Amino acid sequence: MSPNQVALWYLVASIFFIFALKGLSHPTTARRGNALGIAGMAIAVVVTLALVYSHTKNVGMILAGIVVGGAIGAVIARRVQMTQMPELVAAFHSLVGMAAVLIAVAAVNNPTALGLNDPIPMGNKLELFIGTFIGAITFSGSVIAFGKLSGRIKSAPVVFAGQHMLNLAIGIAMIGFGIWFFLSGDSKWLPYLVMTALAFLLGFLIIIPIGGADMPVVISMLNSYSGWAAAGIGFSLNNPMLIISGSLVGSSGAILSYIMCKAMNRSFFSVILGGFGAEGGTVTEDAGKKTAKSGSPDDVAFMLGNADSVIIVPGYGLAVARAQHSVKEMADKLRHKGINVRYAIHPVAGRMPGHMNVLLAEAEVPYDQVFEMEDINSDFGSTDVVLVLGANDVVNPLAEVKGSPIYGMPILEAHKARTIIVNKRSMATGYAGLDNPLFYDDKTMMVFGDAKKVVEDIAKALD
Amino acid sequence: MSAPDPSVINLIVFVLAIFVGYHVVWNVTPALHTPLMSVTNAISAIILVGAMLAAGPAVFDWGGWVGVAAVTMAAINAFGGFLVTQRMLEMFRKKEPKAAPSEKQ
Repeated sequence: MSPNQVALWYLVASIFFIFALKGLSHPTTARRGNALGIAGMAIAVVVTLALVYSHTKNVGMILAGIVVGGAIGAVIARRVQMTQMPELVAAFHSLVGMAAVLIAVAAVNNPTALGLNDPIPMGNKLELFIGTFIGAITFSGSVIAFGKLSGRIKSAPVVFAGQHMLNLAIGIAMIGFGIWFFLSGDSKWLPYLVMTALAFLLGFLIIIPIGGADMPVVISMLNSYSGWAAAGIGFSLNNPMLIISGSLVGSSGAILSYIMCKAMNRSFFSVILGGFGAEGGTVTEDAGKKTAKSGSPDDVAFMLGNADSVIIVPGYGLAVARAQHSVKEMADKLRHKGINVRYAIHPVAGRMPGHMNVLLAEAEVPYDQVFEMEDINSDFGSTDVVLVLGANDVVNPLAEVKGSPIYGMPILEAHKARTIIVNKRSMATGYAGLDNPLFYDDKTMMVFGDAKKVVEDIAKALD
Repeated sequence: MSAPDPSVINLIVFVLAIFVGYHVVWNVTPALHTPLMSVTNAISAIILVGAMLAAGPAVFDWGGWVGVAAVTMAAINAFGGFLVTQRMLEMFRKKEPKAAPSEKQ
């Protein structure tokens, strides 16, 4: 195949990827979008295979890698639970990052195999440097994010004195070794490997100070990085398809990070610098005086049964308890009684963007019952019962109080409803370390316990 | 006048692609943000193409093995990413036919 033919097929694949993203603008076109994405990937792989075959005939190991990797990927995709999506995505990001590093290593070892000149020209070295360090940061950062999301390591922020200075020093050292690599002749490996090691370390240090509930931002950011890593490798290999696809992914992740930050009213840098909620001393002073009313699932069933309109606010607690199917069953019973049941989703509910939507979709909740914050917020005032399941900060009215740490964060206005029922495992504060006045409201009843168990009990009591 | 350097052309492609990405992604409905993330993740597995070049050199030395490792990782990501997105999107579809009758009951 001629280079021009290859490049044109790559253009076709790139256009397919653009349409894949475009398809996601509506649930009805989304599957077609995904199919186009698969087609784009297939075209790219087949064309590249033909290209390699025409040059070296050495495609055996490539096919073996694709078959083994593809089989592993297919099994994972089939087995993973929807509640595990955040950690799965984090794990996948780490693979892209590592693949970028490995490709760069292979290119440094044997530039001609990847279409570069030997010795590598300075411009390509710079691009390899960029591809490598973004890939390495993506890898180690995603591994930490995966650990935190899957509960393998503690999700609490890890902060220590001089953390940011240390990161800065490592960052500068990494760039220093990058410049050495850039200028180096035959001694390219030493600066290259030190630079790569520092980048791995930096990715690790960047993510450890960021706590659990900031994960929607982190995971979006790593999504973005994985795209930039692919684009960086595209620059190194002069491959426009990698550049286009990488940029699409990179900008998508950046937009998601922006949306998540906005939904928490926090700046991107304050999230990245981390440590939020680690102080722990921000609990309101008069917390001791207040008492919360608590009730049983039977009480809840009675209140729900007498309501005309109900809004369910799901949070991370629902995902942890895997309660989505039980919630759907309960909601169905209520709808059979002619009660208007809707769901209100805060943009940062859960651990990744759209986390709650996927869980409800898995439980076959029709998407026309599921509302985004701005579409449903004005309805809380005229709603009889709001059922908050495992959410805390996203319904905290302190966000409307000047001077509170979360002031200005857009919240679901659950406190405006006639009655509020809150299911939590305990009275513990949310991620922000803030007390939630909603729990002490006269209109509020607390139901303690695991979300799944509580919802099942409510559903039983509804019969 | 000679043609611009490939790196400059790459930069032009890069900048334009960011604009395309920006405009396409803002149209994605928030309900599909998780599928968006998993499909973009699958698309970033396009790095597989680079890995394939590294895994098929004329002389297969240790660098070839590094390339094979990269191919395997990228393939996990490509297959896993698209298939799990498909699985998720099936869930978003299932409701549509069901929603209408249950609404009428």
